[in-house]
Amino acid sequence: MSFELPKLPYAYDALEPHIDARTMEIHHSKHHAGYTNNLNAALTGTDLEGKCIGEVLASVSKHSAAVRNNGGGYYNHDLFWKLMSPNGGGKPTGIFLKALEDNFGSFEQFKDEFSKAAATRFGSGWAWLVKLSDGSLKICSTPNQDNPLMDDAEVKGTPILGLDVWEHAYYLKFQNRRPDYISEFFEVVNWEEAFKRFQD
Amino acid sequence: MKHELPKLPYALDALEPFISERTLEFHYGKHHQAYANNLNNLIEGTSFENADLIDIIMKSDGGIFNNAAQVYNHTFYFMALKPRGGGQPRGKLYDALVYSFGSFDNFKTEFSKAGATLFGSGWVWLVADKKNKLRIIQTSNAGNPLCDDLVPIMTLDVWEHAYYLDTQNARPKYIENFWELINWELIETRFENL
Repeated sequence: MSFELPKLPYAYDALEPHIDARTMEIHHSKHHAGYTNNLNAALTGTDLEGKCIGEVLASVSKHSAAVRNNGGGYYNHDLFWKLMSPNGGGKPTGIFLKALEDNFGSFEQFKDEFSKAAATRFGSGWAWLVKLSDGSLKICSTPNQDNPLMDDAEVKGTPILGLDVWEHAYYLKFQNRRPDYISEFFEVVNWEEAFKRFQD
Repeated sequence: MKHELPKLPYALDALEPFISERTLEFHYGKHHQAYANNLNNLIEGTSFENADLIDIIMKSDGGIFNNAAQVYNHTFYFMALKPRGGGQPRGKLYDALVYSFGSFDNFKTEFSKAGATLFGSGWVWLVADKKNKLRIIQTSNAGNPLCDDLVPIMTLDVWEHAYYLDTQNARPKYIENFWELINWELIETRFENL
């Protein structure tokens, strides 16, 4: 069994004007497709062949850099597409909102801290909202395509929200203005999907 | 000491069609400038306030290192480009490349491969070690060879901002274009002054 490029749950232009169609098309059909193909190639002939992505990430420290980079790239982008929606934005409700308030003081404070983690990640990487094993929520960032599911992650847990801050995620529309891209991301966040992940 | 960007020795549109004016407007005018501004802000009131750039690179870490090294790296990159550049180096540098890599074409292939395979943001360098032996290395993010006792001779920026407006995900296409812009005379001088 090999990994296949997941279909986007909406059209390339569905997140306009916040995320432009051209960026979405290249990001999905070139970058994400590249990670998927390279992951399959990197797994061929290893003991991870046929394993699910969760198992691949959970033992990434024992395998090649190609498995780490492309396994992360495959998983992170799949998650990222699901965490955005043309009907997204606003703020979460109920126990999820309460959990964000309990952990970060207020929804605005959560947003500020997450945005800061995304803006200050130097080079390529991701910002994350992670649910730790004790149920608490934490914000962190990882370099390149690393993520909190990797066995050697500094902050380990379930990713609830992830934001791609590789320049390819925003350069065509925002160029050097990463903070503007981060603000636009909050206009399309799929809080329902994030809530599902929070509950699991 | 205020760190200022050198003026580019060519117009922003001079590297067309290989590197677009728009890319240089952002790359030099925004990214490079922001690193210099950030550095000047960060060193204010610290022991690095009056240090020269290389000194800061060798002794700092964190944000000061990142911004100082990015000022240096970009200057080193931009200065060695020129319109109607490219071709091959001559003299001692040519001989040294053939000696170290088998042929100029092999050097070019290896350097391009190092550029294409660097994962994430970073730089590819031709460097000389203490015995003046040439090597190709990759550094992540702001990494700079001086920190490993290596002397930089030429560099290629493979941060996505260096090429994304022009060639998007096709980094190898950008690397091909880079070879058309190299100011070999300047790089020969760097090598001869080792």
